[in-house]
Amino acid sequence: MNDNNKSITGYRIYFIVWICLLILTATTVAISNLKLGKYGALISLFIASIKASLILLFFMHLKYEGFLIKAMLLLTIMTIAIIVGLTFSDVWYRH
Amino acid sequence: MTTGDREKSFYETQGRHTGILSWVLSTDHKRIGILYLTAMFSFFFVAVILGVLMRLELIAPGRTIMSATTYNAIFTVHGVIMIFLFIIPGIPSGLGNFLLPLLIGARDVAFPRINLMSWWFYITGAIVILVSLFTGGGPPDTGWTFYVPYSIKTGTNVTLAVFGVFLLGISSTLTGINFVTTIHRLRAPGMKWFRMPLFVWSLYATGWVQILATPVLGLTLLLLMSERLFGFGLFDPAKGGDPLLFEHLFWIYSHPAVYIMILPAMGAVTEIIPVFARRTIFGYKAIAFSSLAIASAGYLVWGHHMFTSGMSDIARMVFSFLTFIVAIPSGIKVFNWVASLYKGSIELVSPLLFTISFIFLFSIGGLTGLVNGALATNIFVHGTYFIVAHFHYTMFGGTAFAFFAALHYWFPKITGRMYREALAKRAWVILFTGFNVLYFPMFILGLEGMPRRYYDYLPRFQTGHFISTIGSWILATGLAIMFYNLIRSIFKGEAAGSNPWGGTTLEWTTSSPPPRENFKEIPVVTGGPYRFGKD
Ligand code: HEM
Ligand SMILES: [Cu+2]
Repeated sequence: MNDNNKSITGYRIYFIVWICLLILTATTVAISNLKLGKYGALISLFIASIKASLILLFFMHLKYEGFLIKAMLLLTIMTIAIIVGLTFSDVWYRH
Repeated sequence: MTTGDREKSFYETQGRHTGILSWVLSTDHKRIGILYLTAMFSFFFVAVILGVLMRLELIAPGRTIMSATTYNAIFTVHGVIMIFLFIIPGIPSGLGNFLLPLLIGARDVAFPRINLMSWWFYITGAIVILVSLFTGGGPPDTGWTFYVPYSIKTGTNVTLAVFGVFLLGISSTLTGINFVTTIHRLRAPGMKWFRMPLFVWSLYATGWVQILATPVLGLTLLLLMSERLFGFGLFDPAKGGDPLLFEHLFWIYSHPAVYIMILPAMGAVTEIIPVFARRTIFGYKAIAFSSLAIASAGYLVWGHHMFTSGMSDIARMVFSFLTFIVAIPSGIKVFNWVASLYKGSIELVSPLLFTISFIFLFSIGGLTGLVNGALATNIFVHGTYFIVAHFHYTMFGGTAFAFFAALHYWFPKITGRMYREALAKRAWVILFTGFNVLYFPMFILGLEGMPRRYYDYLPRFQTGHFISTIGSWILATGLAIMFYNLIRSIFKGEAAGSNPWGGTTLEWTTSSPPPRENFKEIPVVTGGPYRFGKD
């Protein structure tokens, strides 16, 4: 928490982010109808990561945090990315 | 020393509550550590009895003392208790809680109330599991791994038991958050990262594993519960689900979890070796970084539990390769320990005896892990007694022996008293003998094809099983003597003084048992943790 920057975010920004999240959700649903098979999963994951980043950055104020907190969060995200990636080494090539 | 000039110990400082409440509502990390230790060893005791009963059933082919269904329930409960109630909280929540602030020169952990909360989650989880054994369809019979589809179909009380484990997961995560924050924020002035005792490094790495991996367990268990309650079909191929998804999710947590078990154990023995070899640790940084390396590489290998489950070939090769990589940092540690003992003036007292047997047994456990990790041999040993032997060597011979070593080593600090050394040595000899008689035959049984989780077997396996059961009695005797010695000494042991071993880390600079706030004045650190005359 950085007290100097407390009131940087206004409702306007929250509102814009929220609209973006809705649009992205709609996109995910639309894409799932295209029946892209295993590529569909990749695209959904990609969109989900964008959504998660928006929430973290704006709603959870990560944008205004210090380096250590950001680094720690990055670690978490990398872990998830690697875990999902390794899971795909199975799902992608399974007969 | 007279009582007059001695500071009151934390036992004598009650805080706001009295009696039992001064314990179960205490935010003192030392009291919480003791709460954990007491609870954990009580559960351990129960699970040991279950283990001995299983061995008794297996002394001869056919039904001996219990039915097949009872056997299934008993190995499940034995596994669940040993894993989730004993060895995972184990060293970090018990000894780590007591010692972490003392080792870094702090007055408490960063979040004392969350610390207490984590104990309450632990106890609540334990009670829920206990209740699950006697309600609904009775004790779960799935094995501690709760694999689908059986865990969804069985009529036993899996849902409630899994909910209990879910609560234990919360407890473990909270401990991790607490420790990581404490190590970042509360180190005494002058204690730079590379002046921290190596036990602290291992708790740090463990803390991150607890934070990053345990939520996956929570998620997995919630999905399993909802499958049972609502039948979503996530894991059911008939509904478009994937049973392998459960195995992935389960092991994404449970493989890193083995590092929650072993890293603090490695850290603890790293404190013990320099003290009884009277020389500084060899390769401080290599040991510190290998903890981090083990913690991070530990996320990449879970697939080695699924080699025969129908994963893709690419995944099997990737996971097998990565599994071999993890052996490297573990090897680094083993070599550094041995190098630290080399040319030391070794004092062979009970903590060091347990430590050396830890290195020996853990090496057997680790090296047989490579047999499991190679694709070709895995097919041969998967699901056999070879696995049972392997994980008892790592978890029991590894973690639990290190735990016992640490318990003896820090006993005088925690209780202010000394146990009987001669008796401790005797207990160790019996324990070590019993351990190998109990588990070594299991390697051979496994290679001969004896499957695990069976209450019966073909007559040709009888010799191995018979020897193993005799071993379980020897082992139980050793445990009984060890705990008798420790418990008796809590009340009757001789006063130990603040630094009976001549240790150089900060916990030995304060009185035994330490005062409520650990140090009269927060120490200022000017050098590394292990400073002995010769170096
Ligand atoms: C006196 C000590 C012990 C005895 C006699 C004992 C014995 C056994 C036996 C007979 C089995 C069942 C093998 C099978 O049918 O597949 C078993 C399983 C197991 N044990 Fe132990 N054990 C002991 C201590 C421990 C300790 C200290 C741990 C962990 C820290 C542990 C963890 C496990 C686990 C995880 C399983 C697997 C359960 C499952 O298959 O779901 N045991 N043990
Ligand atoms: Cu594993």
